[in-house]
Amino acid sequence: MKRGLEGPAPEERPTPAGRRNKQGIRIDPEVEATHEPRRTVISALVAHEPGVLSDVSGLFSRRQFNIESLTVGPTEDEDRARITIVVEEPDPGIDQVEKQLRKLVPVISVRELEPDAMRRELALVKVDAADPASVSAVADMYDATAVDSSPETATFEITGSRQKIEAAVETFSQFGIREISRTGLTAMARGTDQTAGADLTAQPADEANYSDATQPADDD
Amino acid sequence: MSERAAKVTPAEDEQDDDQITDSATPDAATADTTATDAASEETTDPVTTGAESVVRALENAGVEYAFGVQGGAIMPVYDALYDSDIRHVTMAHEQGAAHAADAYGIVSGEPGVCLATSGPGATNLVTGIADADMDSDPLLALTGQVSTDFVGNDAFQETDTTGVTTPITKDNTFASDSDRVGSDVSEAFALASEGRPGPTLVDLPKDVTNGETDREPDEPKTPDTYHVQEQADPEIVAAAADRIENASRPVMLLGGGVIKGEASEACREFAVEHEIPVITTMPGIGAFPEDHELSLEMAGMHGTGYANMAITHCDTLIGIGTRFDDRLTGGIETFAPDAEVIHVDIDPAEISKNIHADYPLVGDAETVVEQLADAVDESPAAKKWRAQCQQWKSDYSMAYEAPEDAPVQPEFVVEALDEATSDQAIVTTGVGQHQMWAAQYWTYTEPRTWVSSHGLGTMGYGLPAAIGARLAADDDQEVVCVDGDGSFLMTLQGLSVAVRENLDITVAVLNNEYIGMVRQWQDAFFEGRHAASDYNWMPEFDKLAEAFGACGFRIDDYDDVADTIEEALAYDGPSVIDVHIDPDANVYPMVPSGGDNGQFALTEDQL
Repeated sequence: MKRGLEGPAPEERPTPAGRRNKQGIRIDPEVEATHEPRRTVISALVAHEPGVLSDVSGLFSRRQFNIESLTVGPTEDEDRARITIVVEEPDPGIDQVEKQLRKLVPVISVRELEPDAMRRELALVKVDAADPASVSAVADMYDATAVDSSPETATFEITGSRQKIEAAVETFSQFGIREISRTGLTAMARGTDQTAGADLTAQPADEANYSDATQPADDD
Repeated sequence: MSERAAKVTPAEDEQDDDQITDSATPDAATADTTATDAASEETTDPVTTGAESVVRALENAGVEYAFGVQGGAIMPVYDALYDSDIRHVTMAHEQGAAHAADAYGIVSGEPGVCLATSGPGATNLVTGIADADMDSDPLLALTGQVSTDFVGNDAFQETDTTGVTTPITKDNTFASDSDRVGSDVSEAFALASEGRPGPTLVDLPKDVTNGETDREPDEPKTPDTYHVQEQADPEIVAAAADRIENASRPVMLLGGGVIKGEASEACREFAVEHEIPVITTMPGIGAFPEDHELSLEMAGMHGTGYANMAITHCDTLIGIGTRFDDRLTGGIETFAPDAEVIHVDIDPAEISKNIHADYPLVGDAETVVEQLADAVDESPAAKKWRAQCQQWKSDYSMAYEAPEDAPVQPEFVVEALDEATSDQAIVTTGVGQHQMWAAQYWTYTEPRTWVSSHGLGTMGYGLPAAIGARLAADDDQEVVCVDGDGSFLMTLQGLSVAVRENLDITVAVLNNEYIGMVRQWQDAFFEGRHAASDYNWMPEFDKLAEAFGACGFRIDDYDDVADTIEEALAYDGPSVIDVHIDPDANVYPMVPSGGDNGQFALTEDQL
């Protein structure tokens, strides 16, 4: 009953000393081969057609990419939409996000934005307005625009970096926040640098690109 | 269910009509030919409906066979197929249609086509589509859909088919326009085989296929946003070539992509010229002749001991057309830990997905191997390594014992089948122990002769795959399905199709009255508690085959093996051999899930 094949048992076989890490990289004592997750912004130009957002979001969920925000909107070209994605992954994961995105047929180009890219999000914050003067003073501090007011409430629109919005929300909280609605992040490269252009041969950001891009500070 | 049956009944009536008209077809064909001779230009009538445009797209793409099942929402397409030269093979279940089309794609290299109606028809295709997706097989699925004005209302037999199949298709399309639907199909056909192959799907609402149009479909062409890189970066090729020249323990690892990319010949020449030992993955079986001295056969969970030793100890791994699946690599930490990896793949997303590639070579396998061949001037000095590999071949030989008085050993049956057939014979399998024996003990020498379900591991794949393979194969190629009892039971209604079409296939059911692979794992990891894996209630498959109209055989001991196999192969039509094998036989070597390839077990005690 106990049958099998002949040959030296496992303990009698030579075993290589080397190892790979979880990302399949050989562990070389000289080179640190583990990557810590980092947060970054990926921009994708896609065909503006039904289903493309579900293709992208489905890809992220089924591949277990750690996604923080995903926004989509039209561009200067009515046949094209731009999807901006904030992910937190180790470098090989970010690389996979880009490659897998690029595989989707309606996706035209994909790139990781430089740390200095412009990043913005928008929040609507509805606060109790028992003390209109103080509320207004806080709003001024954050360049928040009043979009609605009633005897009991005031609603402000705040645009800016995530840190700015979070700071504003924290400051407003002293008055009592009734509701918050936030968009995800949208972003664009600076100057003549193309965000994720129609250049169809666009290659992923190269190795050098990620090495200096540690936790990038949100700009303003 | 009864509702569906009611819906299907008219279609069955129609099928009778089909057969009646079928007998008249030769006349129609002759008439057609005469017409063609008379006016060689006017061979086809202009399309008038979306469905005709769909069929025209298939004809333009050179489709010969389509596998499917009739139904409510796909009826307009079938009506258009009725006048076409495309031969429709009615399957007994849509899953079989997808597997048959998948196997047709593997053997022929052209996308196989399957059709199903909306709702249950489409969902029955899902397993087959997912199987094709995992194995990168070219497949085009056409599904009926309820009329666009019903879509989203939970109409009868409605399923969000594009939604359901998004994660398991290379691309899918909801056709919304009768003028475009033919072009949608052309494009899906082209996408299925361009670059890294995979399944595509077009969902066809009934009003779109019924709708009037005079638009001929565009030629099969992939969309502008789809790009395939043919040639690898010459700088990385040069660096990789340098690495190969300086290797002292090189191996080539050939995956399914080598066969799909028609790179088998180029890989063979490269390996032989530079005397590099060759390992295949399971989908790569047939990429390199297993009777060649350099061949170490298959690596991975049930790969040979020598392949697993070589892959574990190599210093340079040339992986071509492989995605480094976990059944191949075992635990990542211990996979080829000393090796610098040269990875050739047409899909950039496979590079460094599981195993970090030190030399990423994105491009068509054949082109890149030729680039490498041009760049490598000197063969690696690996004489000692080759000798070591040969030593491992004898240390861990795949020999088994087959005492006369013991029950029939499955390995013996596989070897007997191999011996009785030619090198060109095509083997299809289900999934389980029998699949591993068929992979281990059959000596494959030609690409596209191994047709199996790898990534998804779909039990029930073997018989419908044999049907598709038979229709794609040359007439003189034998088609043998090595199946297991549990696997065969899942799709054996396909026998009715094989009988109706009089397909010359031989099914050998390695019957141990167990879901054998599960039983093996239960013995190893669940203290022998055979929860739901004991199948001692199996039917007699030889008699069952006869009930279907096929030829049935039974093997109980060694004396029957050779003669029965010969008889079954000689039978001109489908035959089934119910082979009662040793119920306790297990598959070795074995690397436990996530284990170290070099620590494969040769016996149960070593697990």
